[in-house]
Amino acid sequence: MSEHSDRDRRQRPPHEAHDPMVEETEEERSRSAAARLFDIRRVIGGLFVAYGVIVGLIGLFDSQAEIDKAQGVRINLWAGLVMLVFGLLMLAWQRISPPEAPAPPGDDDGR
Amino acid sequence: MDGGGGLRLNMNTLDYLILALYFVTVLGVGFAARRAIRTSVDFFLSGRSLPAWVTGLAFVSANLGALEIIGMAANGAQYGVMTVHYYWIGAVPAMVFLGIVMMPFYYGSRVRSVPEYLRLRFNRPTHLLNALSFAAAQVLIAGVNLYALALVMQALLGWPLWLAIVVGAAIVLAYITIGGLSGAIYNEVLQFFVILAGLIPVTVIGLVKVGGVAGLMDAVKGSKLGEAGLHAWQGTGSTDNPLGAHWLGIVFGLGFVLSFGYWTTNFAEVQRALSARNMSAARRTPIIAAYPKLFIPLVTIIPGLVALVTVKGLGAESGSLVYNNAIPLLMRDLLPNGVLGVAVTGLLASFMAGMAANVSGFNTVFTYDIWQAYVQRDRSDEYYLRIGRLATVGGVVVGIGTAFIAAGFSNIMNYIQALFSLFNAPLFATFIIGMFWKRMSAVAGFWSLLLGTLASLVTYLGYKFFGWFDFNSDLEESFWGAGIAFVTVAVVAAIITPLTRPKRRDELEGLVYGMANTTLADDSLAGDAAWYRSPVLLGGIAVLLAILFYLPVF
Repeated sequence: MSEHSDRDRRQRPPHEAHDPMVEETEEERSRSAAARLFDIRRVIGGLFVAYGVIVGLIGLFDSQAEIDKAQGVRINLWAGLVMLVFGLLMLAWQRISPPEAPAPPGDDDGR
Repeated sequence: MDGGGGLRLNMNTLDYLILALYFVTVLGVGFAARRAIRTSVDFFLSGRSLPAWVTGLAFVSANLGALEIIGMAANGAQYGVMTVHYYWIGAVPAMVFLGIVMMPFYYGSRVRSVPEYLRLRFNRPTHLLNALSFAAAQVLIAGVNLYALALVMQALLGWPLWLAIVVGAAIVLAYITIGGLSGAIYNEVLQFFVILAGLIPVTVIGLVKVGGVAGLMDAVKGSKLGEAGLHAWQGTGSTDNPLGAHWLGIVFGLGFVLSFGYWTTNFAEVQRALSARNMSAARRTPIIAAYPKLFIPLVTIIPGLVALVTVKGLGAESGSLVYNNAIPLLMRDLLPNGVLGVAVTGLLASFMAGMAANVSGFNTVFTYDIWQAYVQRDRSDEYYLRIGRLATVGGVVVGIGTAFIAAGFSNIMNYIQALFSLFNAPLFATFIIGMFWKRMSAVAGFWSLLLGTLASLVTYLGYKFFGWFDFNSDLEESFWGAGIAFVTVAVVAAIITPLTRPKRRDELEGLVYGMANTTLADDSLAGDAAWYRSPVLLGGIAVLLAILFYLPVF
């Protein structure tokens, strides 16, 4: 950004770090398996769809006593529905924009 | 120990199914994250590969632990609307500051932890001091979180305390040892949503019960809080308000020194941002987290207020009607089976999120900052990965021990938390001065941090145990203690720096303002340049919203 980009810095390894310990770790990153990490949206979506179905079904069969306890709100039905929709949206989001690029994102530092 | 029988929830099989499904999912996430771990950075920093929305939600979730949910609802019941200060002035500005101003130094220097920044910016003694105090703090606080988790499981589900402690610890241990930080972060994101799914129904039904927002406001006026319970700033011209705090104390103590100290230097938080996939995502991490943070008071403070006006006798000194039980009491009174199971799951999720953040912060600092830096240098990366897994086990075991000690002496919990909050303000002062004053020497860094911490400690002990100082409340002590520590750090730095040797320019590259890292490769991804991903813009909007939110509750 300013003029102190003088010569000696150019000879450093491609990594920015200038500490031996930090550097060693940075070099290991070429072996990183982070790209194999799955997409969490699938898990969130799946869990909420399951919760939505379970809670929604409970809601369908709620007794009057349970509805009264919740101040007259059919909360199980509503909460189940909302969770179901939320779960489906998460799954849809994953479908529409899948995790970016096969290139491991950790690999972005100009190697 | 009182079993809190009055709190026992009427959980049925389906509620337990919901809870069990969650535990299975959490463990599954841990196992599934395992295949993405080959190097130590994969284990400790998720290979620096995560997108900003994931790290952002993990950032906020890591803080949604025991203290947050239970404690803020309790504060809501006890202090009323003033509790929003902990969010809107006490968190959001600091989170935005971390993203805009400090993250370029953290992420850009490629440090693997917050203490490591101190090693590069100052020297090894400063680093060791901070690494040791952080590591100790994390395992002890993990124990406190674990104890709080066990207390809730005991009160709500009737599980024996020891069983709850062991089960909670075993789950956290399993998914972090196996899945590393990715396991922790992914579960935090999941927890974030489950916590909300649990709290929103309580809030909604609570509001229906009291007749909506208007009904709640009327009822609060008639409660022991009175009109003052509905205002955040009115009455802060003096300390005659529910919180007992002057606006100066709120703005400078809470809003500046305390919150900046916590949010910007606490590695358990910053670690989430360091695991982001590039600089842009790292900077956006705390800023994205600021948005949910703006809204969380809706699901903590409102239930607190509802509990205040609907639960007779809330606010007892002990027993099941203490303020801390505000949310569990509402769950008992208002939720039918089904959402009840989700709410219990959300509550347990929040405790595990808090503990997992502590443990994953601990294992990283222990491995990189203590073991690699001072015990076993120059071993292979696999070796440190193994140490990291062992450190996780060790950290959890110490946490269990702490939890059992806390179960025996419940006051210890409060002291532990108070003790470690003393380290935050001087640490923040050392960081911020070190980042913006490049002349500040390494020796000055060490003495500033040490004497600042001592100043904070003396203020606390002098107030609490020796009667040297007099403050209106614990809160006021913490404001003043933090302020005194900050000034001490600044003064010590100003005195020692001119007398000692400065750091070489090339040693400071990328670590200090005005010494930009000129070799830093542009790591941005397609789309990062979009205007809506600008950290400054996103941060500005978050702060603006925080200000606007204050208007209706001024």
